[in-house]
Amino acid sequence: MTAKKTEEKKTESRKSYKATGRIDKRKATEMRPMEMSIGFLPNCAGSARVKVGNTIAIAGVYGPKKARPKHEELKDKLLLRCYYDLVSFSVPDRARPGPSRRSTELGMVIKSALERSIFTEFYPRSMVEVFIEVVQADAGSRCASIIAASLALADAGIEMRDLMPAVACGKIDDLVCVDLTKAEEDYHEGEGPTDIPIAYLPNQDEITLLQLDGKISKEELAQAIKMGIVACKEIHKQMKQTIRSKYEKR
Amino acid sequence: MNEDFKKYALELAEKNKRNYGNRGVDETRNLIIETNVSMNSEGSAKVTLGKTIVVAGVKMEIGTPYSDRPNEGTLICSGELTPIADDLFEPGKPGEEAIELSRVVDRGIRESGSIDFEKLCIVPKEKVWNVLVDFYIWNNDGNLIDACGIAAIAALKVARMPKLDAENKIVSGEWSDQKVPFLKIPIPTTFFKIGDKIFVDADKEEQAVSEARLTVTSSNDKINALQKGGVGAFNIKEIEECLAKSFKIKDKILDVINKVN
Repeated sequence: MTAKKTEEKKTESRKSYKATGRIDKRKATEMRPMEMSIGFLPNCAGSARVKVGNTIAIAGVYGPKKARPKHEELKDKLLLRCYYDLVSFSVPDRARPGPSRRSTELGMVIKSALERSIFTEFYPRSMVEVFIEVVQADAGSRCASIIAASLALADAGIEMRDLMPAVACGKIDDLVCVDLTKAEEDYHEGEGPTDIPIAYLPNQDEITLLQLDGKISKEELAQAIKMGIVACKEIHKQMKQTIRSKYEKR
Repeated sequence: MNEDFKKYALELAEKNKRNYGNRGVDETRNLIIETNVSMNSEGSAKVTLGKTIVVAGVKMEIGTPYSDRPNEGTLICSGELTPIADDLFEPGKPGEEAIELSRVVDRGIRESGSIDFEKLCIVPKEKVWNVLVDFYIWNNDGNLIDACGIAAIAALKVARMPKLDAENKIVSGEWSDQKVPFLKIPIPTTFFKIGDKIFVDADKEEQAVSEARLTVTSSNDKINALQKGGVGAFNIKEIEECLAKSFKIKDKILDVINKVN
């Protein structure tokens, strides 16, 4: 009886995440600082490095080139391949080098998202390969990867509908917010974390990647996605500036 | 095509010149080492050697010792020919070349006594530290063995020991104020034979036309590991030439590594 009472008291006295504010003091709509650069891998047709808070991803693009193996070539459009790889020492507990179930799935969803941004019909019988390496992981690695991959594709001169920003929106306890950190993903008080990575094509107004894990109401989900789209538009500006500054320097 | 380049490289070598850059046959490319490039690792380093770029990181895990070495920690080096680095590298399991690369780097570190394995014992016969050094190639412009060997050493040199709790379990994301016990700096130097000339630190194009290579890894005044690769061969005079040059080049590389902390 007394134990139950104290527990009730504890829940009452616990401040919600909205009340305490975010761990790193950001506003709900505020992203972590981002750094972007392109063209640092000489062998690649295009390359990019993206740092979102403490998450770092690099992407390299090869092609367009002859599709191989031959039987997989597409007569009317581009064959896009995408590989996501987590560097073994990018996470606190070492990840086994080489492909995993997680990296295979992420490679696939990133490929599907990127494909929507490319004029694939311009490259029949050809292949473009995108290689992503996550060097340092602090949540949001697939979103940083998409930003890097999209910049690398643009750097390679692949014809695209638009640059594709991505962000993990979500909900921590009762607070709908964007760009979750690892510490926030590990926040299990109250309703705990809900992680919703999205990728967005601004000029098409389309969502090209959408995943979710956690627990969230319909209303909160719609609010989170809207907040994510606003964030994506901000990221898009920085992506455009990154591409532009390469040519302004010349 | 390759034969043409080979002829060209040899003609230049007569004048002590190389294909790219202002360097002679015995000169290495510009070496840049950046450390702590990945915050979740115990130590990490990025090495840029000309246009070759590699990244190495150290992680420590707790494991059981080998029965014949109950008081010693262990070392595993593994490298991947990451497909981002070269159009010719394929994704998937490491092939022969990647495994040779890992093993040559591993032998240099192990045989030089670079790591004080006895200090990596937590509970004799039961718990020791496993040192895992992984390296990834980001851009291949030849001489990956030297670049990876230098990156691995630089990462080890700056590596911190993870923090242990009262039950000897790792406290994730925290480090003790001690460094990984590191004694010596083994440095690999690889020589590439094209025709009857020996080239130091070959780039990708030179490497493609070289018939044989010899990697000499040494620390202080001792040679710790050798690896001859390729279908060509060396005679004793050429080997002596490589060894002599190796010690000169080593000192230059050591100067750069010594500045790392």
